[in-house]
Amino acid sequence: MIVIGAGPAGIAAALEAEKNGLNDIVILERDKYIGGILPQCIHNGFGLEYFGEELTGPEYAYEFIKDLNSSNIEVLTETMVLDVNDKKEITALNKEKGVIKVKGETIVLAMGCRERTRENIKIPGDRPSGILSAGTAQRYTNIEGYMPGKEVVILGSGDIGLIMARRMRLEGADVKAVLEIMPFSSGLVRNKVQCLDDFDIPLKLQHTITRVEGKERLKRVKVAQVDEDFNPIEGTEEWIGCDTLLLSVGLIPENELTKAMGLDLHPVTGGTYVNENRETNIEGVYAAGNVLHVHDLVDWVSEEAEIAGRAAADYLNNKLEKRENKIKITPGENVTYTVPQTIEYTFQDKKFIKVFMRVTKPMEDVKVKFIYENQEVVSYPKKIVMPGEMVTANLPAALIKNDMDEIKVSIEKKVGENDGEK
Amino acid sequence: MMAKNDIICTGCPKGCRVTVEVEDEEIINIEGYECPTGKEYAINEYKNPTRILPSTIRVKKGEFPLVPVKTAAPIPKSLLIKAMDVIAKKEVKAPIKIGDVLIENILDTGVDVVATRNIDKEVEV
Repeated sequence: MIVIGAGPAGIAAALEAEKNGLNDIVILERDKYIGGILPQCIHNGFGLEYFGEELTGPEYAYEFIKDLNSSNIEVLTETMVLDVNDKKEITALNKEKGVIKVKGETIVLAMGCRERTRENIKIPGDRPSGILSAGTAQRYTNIEGYMPGKEVVILGSGDIGLIMARRMRLEGADVKAVLEIMPFSSGLVRNKVQCLDDFDIPLKLQHTITRVEGKERLKRVKVAQVDEDFNPIEGTEEWIGCDTLLLSVGLIPENELTKAMGLDLHPVTGGTYVNENRETNIEGVYAAGNVLHVHDLVDWVSEEAEIAGRAAADYLNNKLEKRENKIKITPGENVTYTVPQTIEYTFQDKKFIKVFMRVTKPMEDVKVKFIYENQEVVSYPKKIVMPGEMVTANLPAALIKNDMDEIKVSIEKKVGENDGEK
Repeated sequence: MMAKNDIICTGCPKGCRVTVEVEDEEIINIEGYECPTGKEYAINEYKNPTRILPSTIRVKKGEFPLVPVKTAAPIPKSLLIKAMDVIAKKEVKAPIKIGDVLIENILDTGVDVVATRNIDKEVEV
């Protein structure tokens, strides 16, 4: 088995595959160290779902790295995969060995995601230094040991933006504002309170940057309020002086290798299509973690990668059995996407399929409902759903009949007085 | 003297705005919460707001120039910036093991600052 990427997804997939009987596993990692993005996420808040305790990023990574060190899994760092094809042949570049070619019987794609850049969102103006992604600033500040600037404006109020606002402030920078184009912050409430409110850092909702200025180094950014269609409102513009602009404007699954294999990408997730085993449309090739869809919690990444790792082991040990009918899982009301998109194997000892989904708009007092031919299969009440937080629901194996070919997932307002009370 | 304190509950994504009314340092009324967690959170957050402080400490002769650290328990929110000053002045020598106490009893809070990652010695070339 070959795993591409030694972040939380790659490590969890490899460990789970070994636990399920595979003994020839190698992980290819392009960075100098393993753990992916976790070592630079020095803040706490990880692991509540997976370990039931609150850890920092490096500590969460260490829990898995410990197991990896006592396993027989081989890890090649400073190894950049250049190409993968549909015959599972991999070409990679290793710092010492030069170009290497390996062929796997099964492959797990665990390349993670990368940040959207200034070019992605097209901010007009000069091209000075001092404009960087929040994650890059995080690496400089927390791993490499230098501050990227002194007067900071942050565009985007996702969790990375909020975390970096606090981090820069604690390290002595003047964080002038966090700007968010949406009418709400997409980050966790806790991060908004503990990263901005604690330090009186202003959050300007429905604001964006319309211009940046500076010859060598960034001097100032022009900020404007936006209307409902996200267009800047004339007369609301103001200049804010700063030497640094951090962008926290979304993440994109890193799927160049996936595309090279001839796999199609899902228009919403940006990842490939997978069945319940996280298997792609090429048999024996799996994808898990942020390369498949961007997660808000690393805990779900670990869980998802374990599904892939276990399935890869079962695949090579001939333990899997295809269903007669493939079942499609399709998004219904207020569901943007689901993972997986199909169910292709029999359940065997599995009691349920856990479906991950994201909602389009915030809603309160809802039901997450699985529907087959307009009939409810099963539903679960939820107090609140938000676009920033992944929703999960279990589809019980016992309720899935052999003739079902498509199950829809909807998030609907609870109706009727009796429905709400129990 | 009466005062109103607005507190945003962080217990769930809803983020209820809870108002704690205080007279002569006694809580006389709490409203805006929608569950017991909200009420409890607001009382704690009014009486004694605390936070875990994550940061980094400089490392001499390490494979990386910094080691990530955290306060082993939450410390009062009002001490966060002062604690950063103490952390900024500290320097430690590699190797460091995860969990090592790098600063004892920071600002007399009774809380230690501990390493959250292993840092090996610098590889000599």
